[in-house]
Amino acid sequence: MRRVYLDHSATTPVDPEVASVMMTYYTEKYGNPSSVHGFGREAKQALEQARTQVAELIGANPKEITFTSGGTEADNLAILGTAEALRTKGKHIITSCIEHHAVLETCEHLEKNGFDLTVIPVDEEGVISVDAVQKAIRPDTILITVMHANNEVGSIQPIAEIGKLAKEHGIVFHVDAVQSLGKIPVNVDEMNVDLLTVSSHKIYGPKGVGALYIRKGVRIVPLVYGGGQERKRRSGTENTPGIIGFGKACELAGQRMAEDAQKQIKLRDKLMNGILDRIEFVKVNGPLGEKRLPNNVNVSIRYVEGESLLLSLDMLGIAASSGSACTSGSLDPSHVLLGMGLIHEIAHGSLRFSLGRQNTEEEIDYVLEQLPKIVERLRMMSPLYDQVVRSNHV
Amino acid sequence: MYTEKVMDHFTNPRNVGELENADGVGEVGNAKCGDIMRIYLDIEGDIIKDVKFKTFGCGAAVATSSMVTEMVKGKTIDEALEISNKAVAEALGGLPESKMHCSNLAADALHKAIENYRDNQQKKE
Ligand code: FES
Repeated sequence: MRRVYLDHSATTPVDPEVASVMMTYYTEKYGNPSSVHGFGREAKQALEQARTQVAELIGANPKEITFTSGGTEADNLAILGTAEALRTKGKHIITSCIEHHAVLETCEHLEKNGFDLTVIPVDEEGVISVDAVQKAIRPDTILITVMHANNEVGSIQPIAEIGKLAKEHGIVFHVDAVQSLGKIPVNVDEMNVDLLTVSSHKIYGPKGVGALYIRKGVRIVPLVYGGGQERKRRSGTENTPGIIGFGKACELAGQRMAEDAQKQIKLRDKLMNGILDRIEFVKVNGPLGEKRLPNNVNVSIRYVEGESLLLSLDMLGIAASSGSACTSGSLDPSHVLLGMGLIHEIAHGSLRFSLGRQNTEEEIDYVLEQLPKIVERLRMMSPLYDQVVRSNHV
Repeated sequence: MYTEKVMDHFTNPRNVGELENADGVGEVGNAKCGDIMRIYLDIEGDIIKDVKFKTFGCGAAVATSSMVTEMVKGKTIDEALEISNKAVAEALGGLPESKMHCSNLAADALHKAIENYRDNQQKKE
């Protein structure tokens, strides 16, 4: 069967070049980077090279990079580590309503343990207003944590401006850049960021690896104690092959970003416009143009339910995702779509396609050929749709 | 995550549609996730002669809707009333834990349609 992968915001394949670099560090150069002998030294050297590769992609100094087990751990380290370090200074944290669960749940955990939390709303395109952040700042605010680009609707946030605000007020600024890294430029100085989360498996690197950028001079209390690896910020023997893969993936991302973006914007717009042309009652979720990630398409197809759409697409080999209540374990629709003011019913029929390096125009044509048929079939079954058709025909 | 049976009923749902001048119609919304099912019954004497449905919901909701229509066709009203959501789920070879509530949709709509039929009968008398 034909297979078309359009869920790159969930995860990406490992680039073959990345995989081949990693292999050596499993089978031949397997030393522990903390060891004194030659095996250890060659692992250590490769580890430090990877640190430089990651740092270069985000305009940082290698010493400011702490490797973790992934984006979630980096988010936790940033938020919990800052809260712990600054708890005598203040108890107020600012975040937004469209953050990843790794940020939201962590902030809520702190709220339950004596911290004050302000959750900033977004506009109908899923963008945070700098004004709202400014208004939320209090004398006891210690941390602002906001994502660079949203994983569901691809909205890019005004990070540099928020960062400027944070700087003026002496507040630590954390940004989750998991979705933007490798897709649009990420630069810690231009963005005025103190802490930045990145992840390997969204940029054609292996799973289980991420990093937190910690600006020189910013204090963080570790979550994991032990042998003192990663400048005492994250103990535990380093996942050398994974980290080396991540480094290589960063290097490749830097080389390919411009070309990837250009190609994916073309496919993105083809897919989005194609859906709008071929299917009635469709709404695009998230901003258009510059404020949208190059690889994100998110639409709500009214009168049909998201999980049914996903299953039907999957049977034709097409992989996508949805913010429908029915696809989430909690049976709540996506907090991002609801945060943008979408009513339940429209969030229900939401469909996200996230493009990647290997997608082709032909694959988009295939989706555009199949999706209208699927929607038509599901609408014929939908008690909501026949009401619409009827009221239109009276 | 779904059994073959569920996928079969999702892909080729039986008895999709509506019945004009149905003897009983039942519509329920799922309080949990906001999905909707409507079921139509044609009843002669005591027997469910024909049945159709429309559902807005997940794969499990569509499959249980389809399965329930198959299960009640040709049954008496009393027999139909005995059909529980658990029985529908079992007939499909089981549903994932998180999807058990979807099967309520089908059983509830069926019960509501029968109630509606009985109300209609009473009004006629
Ligand atoms: S009907 Fe919504 S989860 Fe099944």
